[in-house]
Amino acid sequence: MMQDTFEPKIIAFCCNWCSYAGADLAGTGRLKYPENIRIIRVPCSSRVDSALVLRAFQNGADGVMIAGCHPGDCHYDTGNYHTRKRMMLLKSLMEFMGLDEERLLVKWISGNEADRFKDTVESFTSKLKKMGASGKVRDLRCAK
Amino acid sequence: MKIGVFICWCGSNIKNMVDVERVAEATGKMPHVVYTQDVQYLCSEVGQSDIGNAIDEHQLDRVVIGACSPRMHETTFQQLMNRKGLNPYYVEIANIREHCSWVHTDKAKATVKAIDLVKKAVAKSYYAVPLHAESLPVNKRALVIGGGIAGIQAALDIADAGYPVDLLEKESSIGGKMAQFDKTFPTLDCSACILTPKMVEAATHENITLHTYSELEDVSGYVGNFHVTIRKRATSVDEERCTGCGECVTKCPAKVDNEFDQGHSKRKAIYTLFAQAVPNKPVLDRKNCIYFKTGKCGVCKKICPTDAINYEMEDQLIENDYGAIIVATGFELNEPTHLGEYHYGHHPDVITSLELERMLNASGPTQGKMYRPSNGKEPKRIVFIQCAGSRDRHDGNSYCSKVCCLYTAKHTILLNEKFPDTESYVFYIDVRTAGKNYEEFYERARQMGANYLRGHVSKVEPLGDSDNRLLVRGYDGSLGEQTEIEADLVVLATSIEPQQGAKKLAGMLGISSDRNGFYSEAHAKLKPVETQTQGVYLAGVCQGPKDIPEAVSQASGTAAKAIVLFNRGQVKGVPTTAMVDEELCSGCMQCKPVCPYEAISQEMITERAHGKARQRPVASINRALCQGCGACAGLCRSGAMDIGGFTGRQLLAEVDTL
Ligand SMILES: Cc1cc2nc3c(=O)[nH]c(=O)nc-3n(C[C@H](O)[C@H](O)[C@H](O)COP(=O)(O)OP(=O)(O)OC[C@H]3O[C@@H](n4cnc5c(N)ncnc54)[C@H](O)[C@@H]3O)c2cc1C
Ligand code: SF4
Ligand code: SF4
Repeated sequence: MMQDTFEPKIIAFCCNWCSYAGADLAGTGRLKYPENIRIIRVPCSSRVDSALVLRAFQNGADGVMIAGCHPGDCHYDTGNYHTRKRMMLLKSLMEFMGLDEERLLVKWISGNEADRFKDTVESFTSKLKKMGASGKVRDLRCAK
Repeated sequence: MKIGVFICWCGSNIKNMVDVERVAEATGKMPHVVYTQDVQYLCSEVGQSDIGNAIDEHQLDRVVIGACSPRMHETTFQQLMNRKGLNPYYVEIANIREHCSWVHTDKAKATVKAIDLVKKAVAKSYYAVPLHAESLPVNKRALVIGGGIAGIQAALDIADAGYPVDLLEKESSIGGKMAQFDKTFPTLDCSACILTPKMVEAATHENITLHTYSELEDVSGYVGNFHVTIRKRATSVDEERCTGCGECVTKCPAKVDNEFDQGHSKRKAIYTLFAQAVPNKPVLDRKNCIYFKTGKCGVCKKICPTDAINYEMEDQLIENDYGAIIVATGFELNEPTHLGEYHYGHHPDVITSLELERMLNASGPTQGKMYRPSNGKEPKRIVFIQCAGSRDRHDGNSYCSKVCCLYTAKHTILLNEKFPDTESYVFYIDVRTAGKNYEEFYERARQMGANYLRGHVSKVEPLGDSDNRLLVRGYDGSLGEQTEIEADLVVLATSIEPQQGAKKLAGMLGISSDRNGFYSEAHAKLKPVETQTQGVYLAGVCQGPKDIPEAVSQASGTAAKAIVLFNRGQVKGVPTTAMVDEELCSGCMQCKPVCPYEAISQEMITERAHGKARQRPVASINRALCQGCGACAGLCRSGAMDIGGFTGRQLLAEVDTL
């Protein structure tokens, strides 16, 4: 069946101070997780604007992850609060567009939570595998 | 545009899981890539010169690295760019080790991913813009907030280096908690004897200006250029005229509890904090002054030989500019009334360690005589309860207050020396004596006869005898059974807590607090005196419980940081700051409130439209304040706001390659 062979494409925006560092630590600790994820480094999760997320879906991403520091731990104090608000809003917009909001994952992962990073990637990947390809937006894709 | 792509083997770390040659080959086909090479160790001297040579030979103007995490070697490669006369932001790193070779097990898939990651970096580098950090002059004057031992030490060190320092203290005298102590562990030297000279030195130092009875009103600016407003509360005593003779204090008829003596004595409404106060001039406490309450009295004004009393005096706002700010606001002690089982606040003979400290003090309320507050008699048996409110997840603070074990040992030793026929019992969870000569000090306390009982006190209650003594019920771990001790006095080692106003001050300074309310250092190990806000440093207990030697060393550490900053004379800002495209900016100013550093302000620009000049508001970035988080760029609806090194165009290019 498709579920077995389908490899979802995941784009992750990770903040430099916490989640990117958490992903680095997963590497240093030689933890293993699926290859589906491509990480883009941003200074803070609040740097990610909705247009970037939508563009990722337009380009055929099956899932987008935005990861930042835990609330209260943001390197810039308040960035992740803005992220939370903004991404909640985007999720409702996604529903409106006919895009399953579950394809957008907002997660807090600190610089020492290598396990949490690995677990997140694993569970998000297998969830997307079950959900199948994100066809809807692919249809909406702008001509490149 | 000429891009060189360099793929690192990292020995076998990358090469074993990623086909590096294929990565180089695949990315070599991308537009503008004119050179590719795979290298054994890019960070090594050989690797660096390989890149350098390729830059020269092929006139590369951009470099893309596929190697370990940029968090690891970004600066290494940026420095190389600098040496080669290229902007350091023309190097882009793809993380193919931590995010690829180390976390995957299928070489074919890992190679495909590595190619993607390097392609993404190449695409990003197409849109790289050169960035420069701004250099700003430093105002070579320091502000120290809090005049305890930590603040005094920091001020003295900076002043000795030749820089002016303002020392801000909210009380009417500097000195902090140390001024209240009798002797100090582990050497038992008299606290006042070592502190008073330092207080006097601070007050008379040509480079130090004291602002006592003062608090921070407002802070703006950034490292090297803080603008501060200080509120100097009205003391009602003209400092210039007052000679400190003390006539007013003697004659003042209003008596109130003396906070410095923890309520074990009375003071007047016009008073000096303690005998050796610095500055040694009284202040009038308007809340308790009869004249301020009823309009009658005025005794101090009548008696003052120099006419220094001024009831009309108002708070003064003092404005100053500083290059560095040192926070040394110390601590408060937890009021143990919520620990009902200890009966504090219900029985006068249950006191805190600081109260005992005052009693033992030769210049304290009793000139060093011990007494039971209930009847004034000398206590014969004293029970100490450790960790009263500390290491208590349920009713108190989960952390250890660090100094209580040692000062209790000190108290038992002092009691033993001064009152050989008193007995001391100490209930403890563990005795923590990490520190030079501390274990020996504790040993000495035990040898001198202190009885240490490992166990928890479940209840302190009145014994009900004619002497109004107390019964302490606890568990003696060494016997493994419940035990009861009849006590004349119970002393609680109450928990060290952040100052009540700590949060507000943190807000003004833009620094953060940990979950217990102590100020957070920038890095728990490597930046213990810095904060996340550049130019603001932490000294003493405001950062976490510690003893005097630690507070003093930390203070000297902050002074060193400030001196380094002043010697350098300029600060370099973050290069990756926000930038506004004025043409796109609609002036909506939605970005302003999200900026955590208040770096965004509104600015009017003049534009020509339809042949006419017109004014229009746009957002403007203070590059010295901006830390480059990007919250503004993530929000801007006009796409006018961008972050150097992470521009919308660059991130889009990354997304588009994937
Ligand atoms: C009972 C007891 C006994 C102790 N005995 C010993 C001992 O024997 N040996 C030892 O090494 N350590 C001892 N300690 C620990 C010692 O008290 C601390 O290490 C030391 O006082 C820390 O100094 P500090 O300057 O950080 O804080 P503090 O002494 O608390 O000084 C802080 C100062 O800042 C001022 N301040 C606070 N907030 C503001 C503000 N917003 N604006 C302006 N000013 C402000 C305060 O008024 C105060 O003057 C003992 C502690 C206790 C509780
Ligand atoms: S009487 Fe006057 S000079 Fe003397 S201490 Fe009081 S205010 Fe100062
Ligand atoms: S990038 Fe962050 S710090 Fe800089 S102006 Fe924007 S919100 Fe403020």
